[in-house]
Amino acid sequence: MSSEWPLWEVFIRGQHGLNHRHVGSLHAPDAEMAIRNARDVYTRRKEGVSIWVVRSSEITASSPSEKGPLFDPADSKIYRHPSFFDIPDEAGHM
Amino acid sequence: MADKALFEFLTRIGDTTLVLGHRVSEWCGHAPALEEDIALANTALDLIGHTRMWLSRAGEVEGKGRTEDDLAFLREAHEFRNYLLVERPNEDFAVTITRQFLFDAWHRLMLISLQESSDQRVSEIAEKASKEVAYHVERSTDLVVRLGDGTEESHRRMQHAVDILWPYTGELFTDDETDRELSDRGIIPLPSSLEGEWKTHVDGVLSAATLVRPEREYAHKGGKAGVHTEHLGFLLAEMQVTHRAHPGATW
Amino acid sequence: MYAQLVKTDEKRLKSLGEMDPQERAFQGRIDRGEKIEPKEWMPEGYRKTLIRQISQHAHSEIVGQLPEGNWITRAPTLERKAILLAKVQDEAGHGLYLYCAAETLGISRDEMFEQLHSGRAKYSSIFNYPTLSWADIGAIGWLVDGAAIMNQVPLQRCSFGPYSRAMIRICKEESFHQRQGFDIMMKLCKGTEAQQKMAQDALERWWWPSLMMFGPADGDSVHSAQSMAWKIKQDTNDELRQKFVDQTVPQADFLDLKVPDPDLKWNQERGSYDFGEPDWDEFFQVISGNGPCNEERLGARVKAWDDGAWVREGLMAHARKHARRTTLAAAE
Repeated sequence: MSSEWPLWEVFIRGQHGLNHRHVGSLHAPDAEMAIRNARDVYTRRKEGVSIWVVRSSEITASSPSEKGPLFDPADSKIYRHPSFFDIPDEAGHM
Repeated sequence: MADKALFEFLTRIGDTTLVLGHRVSEWCGHAPALEEDIALANTALDLIGHTRMWLSRAGEVEGKGRTEDDLAFLREAHEFRNYLLVERPNEDFAVTITRQFLFDAWHRLMLISLQESSDQRVSEIAEKASKEVAYHVERSTDLVVRLGDGTEESHRRMQHAVDILWPYTGELFTDDETDRELSDRGIIPLPSSLEGEWKTHVDGVLSAATLVRPEREYAHKGGKAGVHTEHLGFLLAEMQVTHRAHPGATW
Repeated sequence: MYAQLVKTDEKRLKSLGEMDPQERAFQGRIDRGEKIEPKEWMPEGYRKTLIRQISQHAHSEIVGQLPEGNWITRAPTLERKAILLAKVQDEAGHGLYLYCAAETLGISRDEMFEQLHSGRAKYSSIFNYPTLSWADIGAIGWLVDGAAIMNQVPLQRCSFGPYSRAMIRICKEESFHQRQGFDIMMKLCKGTEAQQKMAQDALERWWWPSLMMFGPADGDSVHSAQSMAWKIKQDTNDELRQKFVDQTVPQADFLDLKVPDPDLKWNQERGSYDFGEPDWDEFFQVISGNGPCNEERLGARVKAWDDGAWVREGLMAHARKHARRTTLAAAE
């Protein structure tokens, strides 16, 4: 049986109140060691307050060919972006 | 009047973290996996950081103007006060990680106790160091369990490491005049007072790792008094060569 | 550079008209500055070239730990020891990020190690030179990391997402590397006579190998043109080399050190330095295994890997046992 350690994706919460963000990957024999390795590899400069790891093979991704149908509809909802609304400066900060 | 006993203690703990940090740093670039290479370097970095705090403080207490570097690079082997355990060569990863585990378990208890020290600087340094050491214990404990209870080969190597290192653990718990004086003054715990809890922790881990604690009770001693194994001389020759080749130079 | 001679499998650059529609669409995305992500369609040549380039880059990082690692145990002060250890540790981290980026292209880290250990994969020629004094640690930070940054900064804009993101992280972390090297050189140059001599000697030994890091002139190379069309390379080797010389010579002047090149002089017209040609015979010898330290470097990597096999296996075996026990316990 192969002794190559499986690959894990690492997500780190940089500061309290922020989302976990994907920072990279690493190899580890199991989840517990993946967390520890992530602490040693990805927080050498005190970058995080919380770590998630997930087996890379467990991630279900949208397939690239669906890119159009999945994401294009949002293009037509530009009103979801604050810059869509033209508010006069006199109205003050918003 | 310089506090001789306190200076003695500060070099004991500072030399111990220095020598172990040096040993662990020898792995850099040579570890079994990239992730482990990085993790070992973190441990070494922490220990070198602790050394700087302990030895700087030792220099201040001594009052002769010696800096952390004067103490690290310009003393002879017989002036070093580190425990013999940490000067044992790395040999293989099993010896390295077992040495780390046996030391970390002691180091953690020592620092917890030192945080209550009547000497304010000692308690401050101990508090800073103990956060990092809590992680060291977690890491080395886990690796001992995993490798002890891994493959036949990893088990065999780990048992061998425990067997050859065990006689060097007794020294961690022996008391001498300096220890008794400093303990009476509330600066440090009596080393022997840490033994019970250490043994409980170590026994639990060894049994989870399917490893057997050796029966031998014999303990090698001498490090605390400056009588070392042959290994320290070589280690210092390497560590001090650049510094000593250029007396008075700044870097 | 860290990836000095990357072949692309292409005989010549295709024009848009010669490409099939899928390829043309791909090239269009690159030309518009879009990032290519691992699961998306890409020409086989693009994938293979990236694997070669990223893995060479990764190998260079981890072999690059060794020459500097030599001096961790002999650093002259505790502070220098800690800084150097942190720096060499960063290199392991950067190797790790890069291997992971290459893995998204369908090759495993173990396969890449196998290519390195068997001598089939290359790494940068620079790491086959010896570190003989403490000043070499300064010179490596100043020159080698300086040269690396020249190459890595543009790679942050590389068309392949995972490589680009790894480079962004690496550049951010490496910002202190060159500075620590220059700082060592400054201290030596202001130090005792022996220290100054050590610094000059280090510059003399590292200058030419540093210029060789950029690789031979590749303005006419098909591989280079293809890599540039794919935006996995942004500047020619000569452009980067010139930039490096122009940046570094004034720094040597500042240190009062002499660059060992009789042909070096300021060219007012070009607004750049003219400089001599590195010894490319030496370069090809080093690349093909005959450098002063090739055997030691590769030998050290192979030994670390072989000696570590039982550890990797032991940890994996424990993880499997543990997972099995947990499953059994849950079933009861």
